[in-house]
Amino acid sequence: MSFAFSVPLASLPPGGAGRLVAIHGGRGSALRLRRLGLRPGALVRMVAAGGWGGPVLLEVDGCRVALGRGLARHILVEPRGPSPRDGH
Amino acid sequence: MATDRRGAGKEGRSLPRVALVGQPNAGKSTLFNAIVGYRAVASNFPGTTVEALRGRANIGGRRGEVVDLPGTYSLLGGDLAERVTREFLLSGDVDAVIQVADASLLGRSLALTLELAELGIPMVLCLNMMDEAEHKGISIDVDALADLLGIPVVAAVASRGQGLSELLASLPAAKPARRPPYAADVERALARIAATLKGDPGAPIHRAAQLLGGEGGQAALDPQTARAVEEARAELSQGRGEDPGVILADERHAQAMRLFEAVARVGQPQVGWRERLDDVLMHPVAGYPFLVLILLGLFALVFWAGGAVEGILSPWLDGLSGRIAAALGTGPLAALLGGAWDGLGAGIAIVLPYLVPFLLLLAFLEDVGYMPRVGFLLDGLMHKVGLHGKSVIPFLLGYGCTVPAVLATRILDDERDRLVTAALAVMIPCAGRTIVIMGLVGRYVGPGVALLLYVGNVAVVALAGWVLTRLLPGEGPGLILEIPPYRRPRAKNLLGKTWLRLKGFVMLAWPLLAVSSGLLALAEALGWARGLNASVRFLTWPLGLPSEAGVPLVLGILRKELSLVMLDRALVGGVAALTHAQMIVFTVFVLFYVPCLATVGALGKELGWRRTGLVVLGTTAVGLLLGAFVRLLV
Repeated sequence: MSFAFSVPLASLPPGGAGRLVAIHGGRGSALRLRRLGLRPGALVRMVAAGGWGGPVLLEVDGCRVALGRGLARHILVEPRGPSPRDGH
Repeated sequence: MATDRRGAGKEGRSLPRVALVGQPNAGKSTLFNAIVGYRAVASNFPGTTVEALRGRANIGGRRGEVVDLPGTYSLLGGDLAERVTREFLLSGDVDAVIQVADASLLGRSLALTLELAELGIPMVLCLNMMDEAEHKGISIDVDALADLLGIPVVAAVASRGQGLSELLASLPAAKPARRPPYAADVERALARIAATLKGDPGAPIHRAAQLLGGEGGQAALDPQTARAVEEARAELSQGRGEDPGVILADERHAQAMRLFEAVARVGQPQVGWRERLDDVLMHPVAGYPFLVLILLGLFALVFWAGGAVEGILSPWLDGLSGRIAAALGTGPLAALLGGAWDGLGAGIAIVLPYLVPFLLLLAFLEDVGYMPRVGFLLDGLMHKVGLHGKSVIPFLLGYGCTVPAVLATRILDDERDRLVTAALAVMIPCAGRTIVIMGLVGRYVGPGVALLLYVGNVAVVALAGWVLTRLLPGEGPGLILEIPPYRRPRAKNLLGKTWLRLKGFVMLAWPLLAVSSGLLALAEALGWARGLNASVRFLTWPLGLPSEAGVPLVLGILRKELSLVMLDRALVGGVAALTHAQMIVFTVFVLFYVPCLATVGALGKELGWRRTGLVVLGTTAVGLLLGAFVRLLV
C-alpha cells in the first residue's frame, strides 16, 4: 500500500472509490467512524457531495453514510477503480 | 457504576424479561410492535427510540415482558440514547436478549453479537430484513451461523410478521453466544485484566474489554486492577501504535467479518428505484428544489384536506351545539355544561381535520426514510448557524410534537449541540401549533400568510441558533449519520403511529378542552372572567389583542391548540371577530411563547431546570417581541 497516492476523502469525485488508509483526529471520532464501517482498509465509494460546502455521501460496507466535510478532509484514501488518480 | 448492579434485579420479578438489542435502524421497534401490539413509534431513521419501552407478550408458552431498547452500534462509547441500552444490559435485570440484526448489514451486526457474547447474557439472534439482504444479493446460511455462535438464529421479516413465532419459540433455548478468540496480544491483555477482577460481579471478559478500551470508570478500581489495566493498555498500544479502544473495535470487526465470510455469499445486488431515487433527492443541486417541493406539497395537502373536513364537520357540530344550549337552558350549571360541550366540539372541529392528515403525512415521510436525507441536504446550512445536519432530525420531529424532538436530541454526540438543538426545537411549530396556524391564519387570512409564518419561523429559529452558538462557542464533532435505504411504508405502521400520536390529543387534550371551556364559561356566567383577563393584560395589551385573549393564551401553556379553541369560545362571534392583523399577531405569539407543560417537563429532564427556566423566559421574550413587531408591520 503506497501512501504516495493517498488523498483526502473529501477530494474524491462523485462515483470515485478508494481504499481508506488513515483517519486523522482523536480517538473519539476514530471510534465513531468505525461504528459505521469507516476503518483503514475499508473500500469507500463517493456517492454525492452536498451543497454549501456540505457533507459527502459515502457507501461503505453496503451502507450509506453522510459525513461532514470537515471529517471527510481528515480521512485519507488511496483512490482506485474507475476514477482517475489526480497526480499526487 | 452500572456493573455493580448486575444480578441485583432479578429477585422480586415474576415475569421473565427479554430485551431487544440491535444497531440503529435494524427494525427493533417494528419487531417490538409486532410482538406486543402497537406501543412504540417505529421510523426509518436512527434514534427514534431513546428510552426503554416495555410490553407484554407470550414467550415460549409463558407470559413475559419485552423491552425495546435504543439502537446501539456498540456497547463501547456512544451517545446518551446508546448508554440507556448499555446500562440496562449491565444492570442484570434481564433474562435473555434478542439481538435484532439487519441481515443486509450482517458483518457490522455480528460485531455487536461478539460484544454481547463478551457480556455472557443468554441470547437469540434474529436476522431481520431478510428480504433486504436478498435484494442486496446476500444469501446467509442461518444454520451454519447458529452452529458457529452456539445460539438460536432465526430469519425474519418483522414488517411482514414473518419469522416472529419461530423467534419467540426459540427463546427458551437462548444461550450465551460463543466468543471466538481475538488476536494473541489482545487476549493476553484481556486475560491480564480479567485475572484481577475476581470480586467484580460483572462478566469478567466484558468488564476487562471495557477497561482495556479506556471506559468504565478507571477511578473507582482497586489498585491491583488499576495497575493491570494501565500496563495492559500501554503494552497493547505500544505494540500496535493505536489506541486500545480502537484496536478492540478493529479486532471485533475482523472476527465479525470472518464469521460473515463463513456463512454468507454475496452475489449481484439488484438496482431499483430506491437506489436511483437518491441520485435525484440527494443531488447537490436538484435535491433542494425537491426538498422545497416535498415540504410545499405536505403543506398544501394538510391545508386542503383539513379545510375540506372542517367544512363538513363545523356546520354539523354548530347545529348540535345550538340544540344542546336550548335544552340546557340558563344558570351556572347550564353554562358549565354548555361550555364543556363547546370545548369538546371545538376540539373535534378544529383539531382533528388538520391533525390527522398532518400526522399521517409526517409518518409517511419518516417511514420512507426522507428525514436523514434532509439532514444531509441541510448540513451545510446548519453549519452557518453553528450546528450540523444531525440536529435536523430533532427539528423535523418537532413539527409533530416537541416532546419527542427534545428527547431525540440524545442522538447528538456533543453536549453543546444537544443544548442548542433542544432550545431551538422548542420553537418549531408542533402539530398543536399547526392547528392554530392552519385553523386561524390559514382559514381566515389565507394559505399564503400561513405558509409565510412557517418560513418566518425557520428564519427566526436560524437567527436564534446563530446567536446561541455564539454565546456558547465550541465546534461539535461534525456530521456522522447513517442514511438508511428507502423503505416502502406499510399502512399498518403509518396508521399505528398516527394513532399513537393522536391518542395524546384525544385522551389528554379533549378532557382538558372540555374542563377548561366549561370553567371559562362558568367564570363568564359568574362575572369573573373580566378580572382573570385583566390580570394578564400585560400580555394582551402590547400585542394589541382583545383582553378576552388573556385567559386563552395562559391556557395555551397546557396545550398550544387549547389557546385557539378557548379564544373561539371567549370571543363573541368566535375567532372570526378578530381582525386579520390580530389573528396573525396571536398566532405568532402562540408559536414562540412558553413551550407547553409536557415540553417543559421533557426539557427539565434533559437539560436541568435552570436551563429550562432560561428557555421558558427566552422564548416568551421572543414571542412578545415578535408579536409586537408583527403588530407594527401588518
